[in-house]
Amino acid sequence: MAMMAPFFKYGMFGDEASLVLAFLIGIGFGFFLERAGFGSARKLVSQFYLNDLAVFKVMFTAIVTAMLGVTYLGWIGWLDLSLVYLVPTHLAPQVVGGLILGVGFVIGGYCPGTSVAATATGRLDGLIYVLGIFAGMFAFAELYPLLKGFYLSGDGVGLTIPGTFGLPYGVVVFAVVLMAVGGFYGAGLLEKKFAAPGE
Amino acid sequence: MNPYLAGIGLGLVLLAAFVLVGRGLGATGAFNAVIAWAVSTVAPEHARNNEFIAGYLGDEGTSPLKSWLLFEVAGLFAGAMFSGLLAGRVRVTTEKGPRVSVRVRLAMAFAGGVLMAFGAALARGCTSGQALTGGALLNLGSWAFMLMVFAGAYAVAYFFRWQWR
Repeated sequence: MAMMAPFFKYGMFGDEASLVLAFLIGIGFGFFLERAGFGSARKLVSQFYLNDLAVFKVMFTAIVTAMLGVTYLGWIGWLDLSLVYLVPTHLAPQVVGGLILGVGFVIGGYCPGTSVAATATGRLDGLIYVLGIFAGMFAFAELYPLLKGFYLSGDGVGLTIPGTFGLPYGVVVFAVVLMAVGGFYGAGLLEKKFAAPGE
Repeated sequence: MNPYLAGIGLGLVLLAAFVLVGRGLGATGAFNAVIAWAVSTVAPEHARNNEFIAGYLGDEGTSPLKSWLLFEVAGLFAGAMFSGLLAGRVRVTTEKGPRVSVRVRLAMAFAGGVLMAFGAALARGCTSGQALTGGALLNLGSWAFMLMVFAGAYAVAYFFRWQWR
């Protein structure tokens, strides 16, 4: 089969149409976040108190689904994976950023996407969280001259796990699937052990 | 909805983004676009001189609001509201534990949002743009980021239990 995807990168439609698609794809994104119960801070933080591991389950099911999809479509020669945007790798700021973000998740109860879903369903804490993101992002931009050195550290090439460690792509895909399935089993055990009282 | 079903749905939406547009899902970039727009409207000179904001301004004459992620997040809002309305889950309320006042909970939400923005800005993405999207693409930095999100969250969760019990 001839290579034809990503459609946008093959010029099948222009910028304006890509924005319409962005809105439609966003609808799907928001729908499934809310369906999963992620418009609720209480549900989200339950992940960190181990009485409801839906965050892990949903996230890893989604990762595995999309990963298997791109792997398969790439394998049959239909999707050119090298044209799919890979966020550039800057390990040090990504590690520190991850830690700060994890703390912010616990304190505030949301992440950016879920705070929008929470706001859409009437959660005032979601709305205030969104305002907090705006304030923090503005502060980051103003402090950028001080943070720039750290922000840009590393070589900034989009690295993959298989590429970095010289492993075949399929082997890493298989390992992630195994890890996810193991994690789902473990999550079930943890939920039983840490069940919230009264449930 | 069963978390595995919701996960498959979310994964298919992400796959559709990869196949149709050649990029994944995100959220943080939409906030950056709005900040870039706001700063460039109030103080255009200042915005051009700030490299971080300038990165979101694009060509002269193109509004920073014409951002793929901003349109996607607008859709996210609509999709979440639609799902919430279908399920009867839309109501104005503040999520918190019984022993915390609304005022304290909202202050915590604001503080969490500020920290989240800093973390996501440093990491070049959040749980959507990095963990979910980069996770599915086996992006090295995204996996490192994702491990650290869980590490950071579990490390401090105990100290913030009072918000929820």
